[in-house]
Amino acid sequence: MNPRVLILCGGLSHERDVSLSSGHRVAGFLEESGQWTVDVHDVDSTLVDYLTDPATRPDVVWPLLHGSYGEDGSIRDVLEMLDLPYIGSRAKASTLAWNKPVAKNIVRKIGRVHTPHSVTLPQDVFRELGVQSIIRLVVDALGLPLIVKPHKGGSALGCTVVREAEHMPQALVDCFAYGDTALIEHFVEGTEVSVSILDTGDEIIALPPIEISTPSGVYDYSERYTPGATEFIVPARLYEETLERVKEDALSAYQVLGLRDIARMDFIVDLDGTPQFMEANVTPGMTDVSILPREAVAAGFNLSELYSRMVRAVLDEHRNVPHEATSR
Amino acid sequence: MTNPTQPNSQPNAQPNSAHVIKNDPWFGSYASRAEDMRASEIRALFAVASRPEVVSLAGGMPYLEYLPFDELSELVAKMLREQGTKAWQYGSAQGDPHLRERILDIVRLEGITDAQADDVVITNGSQNGLDLITRLMCDPGDVIIAEDPNYVGALGVFKSFQTEVINAHMDADGLIPESFEEAIRGARAQGKRVKFLYTVPNFHNPAGVTMSIERRARILEIARKYHVLVVEDNPYGLLSFENKTYPALRSMDAENVVYLSSFSKIIAPGMRVAWMIAPPGIRHKLVLANESSILSPSNMSQMTISTYLDNFDWKKQIEDYRGMYKSRCEAMDEALRTYMPYCSWNKPKGGFYIWLKIPEGLDAKAMLPRAITARVAYVSGTAFYDTGEGADHMRLSFCYPTEERIREGIRRLSTVMDDELATVELFGTAKHDTPHEA
Repeated sequence: MNPRVLILCGGLSHERDVSLSSGHRVAGFLEESGQWTVDVHDVDSTLVDYLTDPATRPDVVWPLLHGSYGEDGSIRDVLEMLDLPYIGSRAKASTLAWNKPVAKNIVRKIGRVHTPHSVTLPQDVFRELGVQSIIRLVVDALGLPLIVKPHKGGSALGCTVVREAEHMPQALVDCFAYGDTALIEHFVEGTEVSVSILDTGDEIIALPPIEISTPSGVYDYSERYTPGATEFIVPARLYEETLERVKEDALSAYQVLGLRDIARMDFIVDLDGTPQFMEANVTPGMTDVSILPREAVAAGFNLSELYSRMVRAVLDEHRNVPHEATSR
Repeated sequence: MTNPTQPNSQPNAQPNSAHVIKNDPWFGSYASRAEDMRASEIRALFAVASRPEVVSLAGGMPYLEYLPFDELSELVAKMLREQGTKAWQYGSAQGDPHLRERILDIVRLEGITDAQADDVVITNGSQNGLDLITRLMCDPGDVIIAEDPNYVGALGVFKSFQTEVINAHMDADGLIPESFEEAIRGARAQGKRVKFLYTVPNFHNPAGVTMSIERRARILEIARKYHVLVVEDNPYGLLSFENKTYPALRSMDAENVVYLSSFSKIIAPGMRVAWMIAPPGIRHKLVLANESSILSPSNMSQMTISTYLDNFDWKKQIEDYRGMYKSRCEAMDEALRTYMPYCSWNKPKGGFYIWLKIPEGLDAKAMLPRAITARVAYVSGTAFYDTGEGADHMRLSFCYPTEERIREGIRRLSTVMDDELATVELFGTAKHDTPHEA
């Protein structure tokens, strides 16, 4: 009998729709391989019973929940307590990567990886210290243009580019609709690139940096999930040495954050050619319009085989070494 | 995010080896009317609203638990045994004659006594009917006059045919005749062709208001005067809370009104069975248009509906629905008075919806992510306009959740509104639009 793979997706986050699409796409490719019995679970309060019931307990789990507890390590903690192997970064590493300011601080310590100047401010700071004085301070310190975004979250939800200080209050209100803390950083002009990193079981590889080109110049929710609205150019149209530097920085960030199995590292290469690390995604989108699967196909991978190899690697590793010792 | 003013690559980089991945190689080939068909974060948020943890005050789904499914399933099984080859076969583009006869019994309740079965065309839901009538009547750039706010599904159809929608205002008595006339005159003064008025006269979606009988006569008079067709969309007409029905516009004018109604709200939306009653010339073309669009409506669905109508006391069923929806409406009204007395709304006399005016400064669309986090969903008023207006309203549906869930949903919504109000006051982003009252 084939090993049972359980895909976790859906849930109650703002990115539920994307997560369901990611989950069903990955399930389809795994089923296509004929090596697995695949179930898809829309995460709810029945999950723990499902995972512990001998009739439904899977052999391996692939968490594809986007947003909140899908990426912040919570679900992974649950899987670890149940001693269930899963594809993706461990709970502790996910917690660090999910918090964008924390992840940037850790990556910055590598020394040569650059990150944009930023501040992280909860709504209460504006309330207690005064909105206008804080905005003035931020604008003076970081300089316009700025980007305001929730300090945790994905799919560009709640993100606004601010080119004039007078638009800051509305950008902050839109951001606080998604969370109580804003990450405000200097908006880096340049080329948006992503590097997908995969552990295929044999090696950890960084796929060639992919350039994201949108008609509007803004890679917002609509551009992300409307097929055709965005073009991906691989490799990114950058100097050879810049391409190499982005790959190296991506791998360095991946390692220093303690990630594993699969991640997407996002950068903007500024007008001086310096890669600026933006964020690490421990559960990158796996929909039919997402970057990672498209990039993997462009790199010559068959997705059914690739995903199967990744699942097999995690399963084999867990059989040899339980969770306690597998964090890396 | 990339700066649109900068080249999206490094100067002098080597692009020759670059490979462009297009998710949709046909992206540049679509018709211009498809340009607006894009992913939206607001639509994506509604994926969460379908979860049971969320009190959804968003969708207009009827509550179907009252239907006699056990008995009905036996009768449908019998129908399939005896008439399966008909039920699963192609049918007539105009619809099943027996069902069209039965529909006459229904429309009589709203005063339409002069229609014959031959005047009726069956459609796959009223959405299909709206598509057909717009296709028949409108070229790109033609004007449709619609109520302000307007049913979101109709807006989508009108947009897809590249028509221009001009709003006519409403108040507590429905569409204001003077505003309707002014819209016609204004459009014609600009050399535009006004093709029809689209109106939901009873228990309006989303505004909840009902057109007064006096106004019905006046609206028809204006339509005749300017030779403007009236498209009357009436899915809620039988769901009055006052034990009475209003006369359909079609009952007052058979020559200038195309009437649409549906089994979706009174029996079962999943069957996708609705109907149109139209003057002869239009009806002939509707049948041809239906044939070219779908060949024929589903025989299986039509015969299932007929089985229900032939064997059950459907009038009693509708009465039961009225009572249930009335109680839910009252529960919502009471909860709003308790938790959100600073908002304003019209208490509807039927139908499914309350159109809530929210405090000045709040933006219903921007607030939705916060509401979803608090496990309550609604439809932002912006969905009912093509112009970006409506952020100061939200549509609340009381049709599906139980009274207890409605109270809980309104309680959650009040906390969301309090938090959002505190945020917009803090950042001073309150907007000061003065919308039209509905």
